Amino acid sequence: MSDERSEAAPRRSGPARWVLGLFPLALLAGLVAFFFGADPTAPFRDAFPPVEDLTIERVSFPENGVMRVHVVNGGPEAATIAQVIVDDAYWQFEIDGDPTLPRLARATLELDYPWVEGELHVIRLVTSTGLTFDREVAVATLSPRPNALYLTTFGLLGLYAGVIPVLVGLLWYPFLRRIDRKWIHFYLSLTVGLLAFLVVDAFEDTLEASALVPEGFQAAGLIAVGVIGAIVGLRALGNLGRGRSGGDSAGAGGGGPSPGLTVAYLIAISIGLHNLGEGLAIGAAFSLGEIALGSFLVIGFALHNTTEGLAIVAPVADRRPALRHFAFMGGIAGLPTVLGAWAGGFSYSPTLATFFLALGAGAILQVIVEVTRLIRKSWPQGLFTPLNATGLLLGLLVMYGTALMVTA
Amino acid sequence: MKPDRLSRRDWLKLGAAGVAGVSGATVLDLASRGGARDALAASGAMPREPGADAAAAGPHAGHQEAMGIVGMPGPDGAFDPAAFLTDFDYGEVTTRADGRVVRRWQMVALDREIEIAPGVFFPAWTYNGQVPGPTLRCTEGDILQVEFTNAGSHPHTIHFHGTHPPEMDGFEPIVEPGQRFTYEFEAKPFGLHLYHCHTMPLKRHIHKGLYGAFIVDPPEGREPAREMVMVMNAFDSNLDGDNEVYAVNTSAFYYHHHPVRVGVNDLCRIYLVNTTEFDLINSFHLHAGMFKVFRTGTRPDQYELTDTIMMCQGERHVLEFRLENPGMHMFHAHQSEFAELGWMGFFEAVERLAAGEGVPVGPAPSDV
Repeated sequence: MSDERSEAAPRRSGPARWVLGLFPLALLAGLVAFFFGADPTAPFRDAFPPVEDLTIERVSFPENGVMRVHVVNGGPEAATIAQVIVDDAYWQFEIDGDPTLPRLARATLELDYPWVEGELHVIRLVTSTGLTFDREVAVATLSPRPNALYLTTFGLLGLYAGVIPVLVGLLWYPFLRRIDRKWIHFYLSLTVGLLAFLVVDAFEDTLEASALVPEGFQAAGLIAVGVIGAIVGLRALGNLGRGRSGGDSAGAGGGGPSPGLTVAYLIAISIGLHNLGEGLAIGAAFSLGEIALGSFLVIGFALHNTTEGLAIVAPVADRRPALRHFAFMGGIAGLPTVLGAWAGGFSYSPTLATFFLALGAGAILQVIVEVTRLIRKSWPQGLFTPLNATGLLLGLLVMYGTALMVTA
Repeated sequence: MKPDRLSRRDWLKLGAAGVAGVSGATVLDLASRGGARDALAASGAMPREPGADAAAAGPHAGHQEAMGIVGMPGPDGAFDPAAFLTDFDYGEVTTRADGRVVRRWQMVALDREIEIAPGVFFPAWTYNGQVPGPTLRCTEGDILQVEFTNAGSHPHTIHFHGTHPPEMDGFEPIVEPGQRFTYEFEAKPFGLHLYHCHTMPLKRHIHKGLYGAFIVDPPEGREPAREMVMVMNAFDSNLDGDNEVYAVNTSAFYYHHHPVRVGVNDLCRIYLVNTTEFDLINSFHLHAGMFKVFRTGTRPDQYELTDTIMMCQGERHVLEFRLENPGMHMFHAHQSEFAELGWMGFFEAVERLAAGEGVPVGPAPSDV
């Protein structure tokens, strides 16, 4: 095909290959240098006040009478924090460094403010140009510190919301083993339904978290990297698994992991990525005092996530994987919730949360494709046999039903 | 025994006595009230007496201390709130052939960035580079000539309150940038008035800083007093139609950090003007004393005795009071929000002010 061209190129006389490779880069560097030197946008810039964009990423309450405000400059230029207004009153603050924040720099402000447990507070930064940047804390509550008690609490939270439900879901495996092949595909379709719901859910969470991402960190780009990265990564991982099992031979067990087991692992990984983001959200919500009915919420998540266990075992229903695989898959899918809850509880970053949630969303999307392929191998009509379609719709409904508990 | 005559040291002693176990509801009550006063003293709002600090805890002693701005408000180039408070501009005085006093002022509209709180800058439109503009002062019956030059970037005018021919009202003509117009009219009636730009959009031209106090003295004058001018104003620094900084005379918390010194039992007079934009009303409240309100300053024989007065935008009153006790007397808007956003200050009443100390007594005969 392209043999002729690819072999002709190195033989051609002229500059070395590395020169050709670097030339466009050098040209670009020259153009950038010229742009900064000549500054052609200066006349426009002079006419406008500086563009400032500070974001309060987090407000913490380390002790009574003290609040800490974590600020990041997501704007294109440096900005100076001149004053702080809390609940419509100027309040003195100390800053850990220079009050002028360069682009993408962070600072922490500490205020001796008599905040009120369980009440709303609004923090407003006033910059040297008089612009203001606000953050509302809906419910002020003492921030957790990473001590044994809170690590245990958040760990348990993660266990209940992530690990236990997934393991419970895995316990459907013996049941799935005993049913007819036709019904296995019904459950695989149900899995697709569950995952389809989850992907929408994940995108919603992603967008919600991204609203707080400072502009400079490019939330949209971050989501794109996360989603596409997860899809491409999982796909490559899947091909690796299938390659070891001896090509694309449908249904054949082979020496290595079976396609069903590969898909099951992929599902576990994607759910794990998703649960990492979910854990971040749970931990953050608890530490920000936004969850009044915490226990109920955890139960909701647990019921919701039990279906994720079912999703993992459905692809291996007609196989007999070793028991350790179940333990691994349960851990991969569930444990990230614990890690997420820890990280989210003690230092929540909307930027990281957005990235992990996007990663999870992309992963689930890719897994839907994988499961659909698995079904196709046995049924040309795939998801759209009457039975499979029923399963898919039922999956969506089950997720919807259990999701009602989370939002309560 | 009159508890309010106790000195701060006595309060501390009573507090210590309470802790030492001296029983009795009165003492305990006094002790707890003493504690509250210590908290205020610890806030730095009140000057500390030597030795009194021992009872006050460290920097985390009270939140009174943490309220307010970071940094110390000070003079800002062309504008010094301390000087403005007692600065009355009588103009350039000549006498006409018919014996009438003629006062002439140069007023220039200038765009200038002003500091409204430490480190917070506001792109203002000003008269003579300052917000509020100079306090113009004259006597009823004087002929006033205000030569207005617009050196700003937008069209402006000067609209005076009071009685005068409509063509001198400053609604028209609009003075374009680079142009000049002289307002000439007779000063009447006596009272406290104001002036401001009347170019549309009015809201923006006023809140950007084009306003000032305009005092017309009665022909027989007013009783000499420690005289001050306070223009209640506010700034919408982020242009959202809501003010971020409130003050008298522009600088947030200025008189909070630099108390206004007056003598105990001296007659004090405030020319108080409300030019606050966006909020319906503003108010003035004096602690630990009462004042007489002469509405618009037009009737010296009619006043109301109160400690809180509410004023609409454009309203102005003459307030007179004597502080009977030495010490710090807070004054602020009685809208707590305005107060905590910068509109608060202190009078410091001193038993014996040295000559030339504190707010000067006026009007001096030479001024008039």
